[in-house]
Amino acid sequence: MTFDYAPAPESRAVVDIAPHYGLFINGKFVEPRSGNYFKTINPASEEVLSEVSEAGQADVDAAVSAARKAFGKVWGPMEGRDRAKYLFRIARIIQERSRELAVLESLDNGKPIRESRDVDVPLAAAHFFYHAGWADKLAFAGFGDNPQSLGVAAQVIPWNFPLLMLAWKIAPALACGNTVVLKPAETTPLTALAFADICQQADLPPGVVNILTGAGETGRMLVEHPDVDKVAFTGSTEVGKAIQRAVAGTGKKLTLELGGKAANIIFDDAPIDEAIEGIVNGIYFNQGHVCCAGSRLLVQESIQADVLAALKRRLGTLRLGDPLDKNTDIGAINSRDQLTKIEELTESGEAEGAQRWSPACAIPEKGFWFPPTVFTNVTQAHRIAREEIFGPVLSVLTFRTPDEAVEKANNTPFGLSAGIWTEKGSRILWMANRVKAGVVWANTFNRFDPTSPFGGYKESGFGREGGIQGLGAYLAVEDPS
Amino acid sequence: MTSTALDYSNADLRALLLGLPGVDQIGAEGRVAMLGTRSIKTSSKVFALDLAITMVDLTTLEGMDTPGKVTALCAKAVHPDPTDPTCPSVAAVCVYGDLVGVARSAVGDRVHVAAVATAFPSGRATLPVKIMDTHDAVAAGADEIDMVIDRGAFLAGDYLKVYSEIVEIKQACGSAHLKVILETGELKTLDNVRRASWLAMLAGADFIKTSTGKVTPAATLPVTLVMLEAVRDFADSHGRRVGVKAAGGIRTAKDAIKYLVLVKETVGDAWLTPDLFRFGASTLLNDLLQQRQRMTTGHYSGPDYVTID
Repeated sequence: MTFDYAPAPESRAVVDIAPHYGLFINGKFVEPRSGNYFKTINPASEEVLSEVSEAGQADVDAAVSAARKAFGKVWGPMEGRDRAKYLFRIARIIQERSRELAVLESLDNGKPIRESRDVDVPLAAAHFFYHAGWADKLAFAGFGDNPQSLGVAAQVIPWNFPLLMLAWKIAPALACGNTVVLKPAETTPLTALAFADICQQADLPPGVVNILTGAGETGRMLVEHPDVDKVAFTGSTEVGKAIQRAVAGTGKKLTLELGGKAANIIFDDAPIDEAIEGIVNGIYFNQGHVCCAGSRLLVQESIQADVLAALKRRLGTLRLGDPLDKNTDIGAINSRDQLTKIEELTESGEAEGAQRWSPACAIPEKGFWFPPTVFTNVTQAHRIAREEIFGPVLSVLTFRTPDEAVEKANNTPFGLSAGIWTEKGSRILWMANRVKAGVVWANTFNRFDPTSPFGGYKESGFGREGGIQGLGAYLAVEDPS
Repeated sequence: MTSTALDYSNADLRALLLGLPGVDQIGAEGRVAMLGTRSIKTSSKVFALDLAITMVDLTTLEGMDTPGKVTALCAKAVHPDPTDPTCPSVAAVCVYGDLVGVARSAVGDRVHVAAVATAFPSGRATLPVKIMDTHDAVAAGADEIDMVIDRGAFLAGDYLKVYSEIVEIKQACGSAHLKVILETGELKTLDNVRRASWLAMLAGADFIKTSTGKVTPAATLPVTLVMLEAVRDFADSHGRRVGVKAAGGIRTAKDAIKYLVLVKETVGDAWLTPDLFRFGASTLLNDLLQQRQRMTTGHYSGPDYVTID
């Protein structure tokens, strides 16, 4: 007999999912004027969780108008210290309802409960706490002694960290005195709708936060709405470019947080065991559905064999399965579309001559799953080394010298993040100065903190979220990035 | 064997130890924190509790130890839960050298008898004294020797002294198994823990052990993680499996299960045996027994339902 882990599922009893949700406009849930609805499913079982509304043009107009009114009459004129009270209240409610939010997130998104419980939800609360602190101190943030808010912010967020991305968007917007119309991703609307409930619980004035569910078309109507002052988008580079074209010449302030193809660079003097954890956390965290994922492993050729052997052994211990099981490391792929995209790209990797490897792991029969995968013999020319896969797929490349590591790391249209693993402090600084990435992690990866600005170079977007720099995106000031 | 006949010079050892990959402390702490969230329930917990009991080196190392105390401890080691014959024996009793004879006659060959030797716990004696200490314990019936390394020599960079002492003591052990106590609470850094682990393994240790229990902190999860990584890598490169003993400071079944998770996910199921993993503990056993009773009977009986020996 061996020491195996018996199933340890988190209870679903803490969540109460309504069979049907309206749109959250002006502080109330209302039926969509569009009359259209769509279903949201659990990607781990394909079970329908609920039916949500698809906002049309009239709904977008109503939401923007509610936000405009709330900005003019209530939220804009309100003292920062009073806005802070609401933000602190929201932060505390997120903490109080953390189990519910974590379970809901795992059900709707497919991510392991360990991650929604230990990463997504605590960080979402932290973002509200952090920005609550800024609300009455904006005059001291380095944007002049009386920085002005922008007005109505249109925010469109992705499905990989639904609640956390909502917090990244809404917390700074509200702290800086703006009102918000937010569209969660089509496949993951439920925690945003729970957040609408939290806004009601916190007595947030009507219209300050509006949540419109829907797909790409709803998002397009929202960002193109003429009465919007600010557009913030996190998602694919392709959609980001379309938004930038649509917003061009309108005077709307824009921040885009787009794709990535980050290099995770392992030098021969790295702390190897921790670097292995960093590789795993870099690309298999959240099934690789992470824009800043360390999807390109750049390993010094002299230690490649050892690192790969250690990595493969470690991947053999990853536990793929029920996202609600507390011992699950790899959950479900968020949607069939995404699974298809991952499959297509990995097939191209094999076709182009890279070598594919996955640990033996049982794939559940229902739902969308993809095993943790490693590609070796990858060159810069392969699609799997250039395109964002947004799945648990690692491409391994090698380098010989620090200069070559920099060249290869920067040889990508993206520039969101990078990881540097070495015990040599001077090399960390030398590399960090040369790698073109908005975030550089040293001897760690995928660490997030509301005090630290996050954002990209090149096709990874522009603008920063978090930290003092992130406030600039929601104030009438020059963009600090 | 004398130090002149050894395979290494101090410079060789230094190059070898300093050439090992460094340990990033924050990363190591993060890894054990993540593994600490593993949820071990129902049938897994039942299995883990029994496994942990079989891995305990039931220990008494006090100035006030008497033959009576040691005899009682031995009875407990053989039958930890007298009310339940299905409860397994622990791995060993661990006592000072002068009480080895008492322990051996009490346990017979039902559990191992481990003796601390080599001027435990400080190790501050000359080599002939340490060798004599070891011979004594083995002659009295100890089949496991828990020696301490010379931390002073290690911290002074005299790796050869540490190495040769271990080699000499290993020889003095004869067929007895040698556990080498690193006293990680005095080595302080995880880099030192990794280096001392390799030094002990190269010198012939059968087990590497965290602590004497007389220094705080004693065993910790990050230290044990680094030692498990060392035995894993040593087995890969040298083809010999070395055991790990986490000693001191592990008092609850919940903590013990965290160690088992660490073993499983670092070095694999092969090390989940008393031959390759041990807990050095005195109070841990009773918590394991109480949790075991709870899993068997469905209720928690309280401390008066396990024996205090």
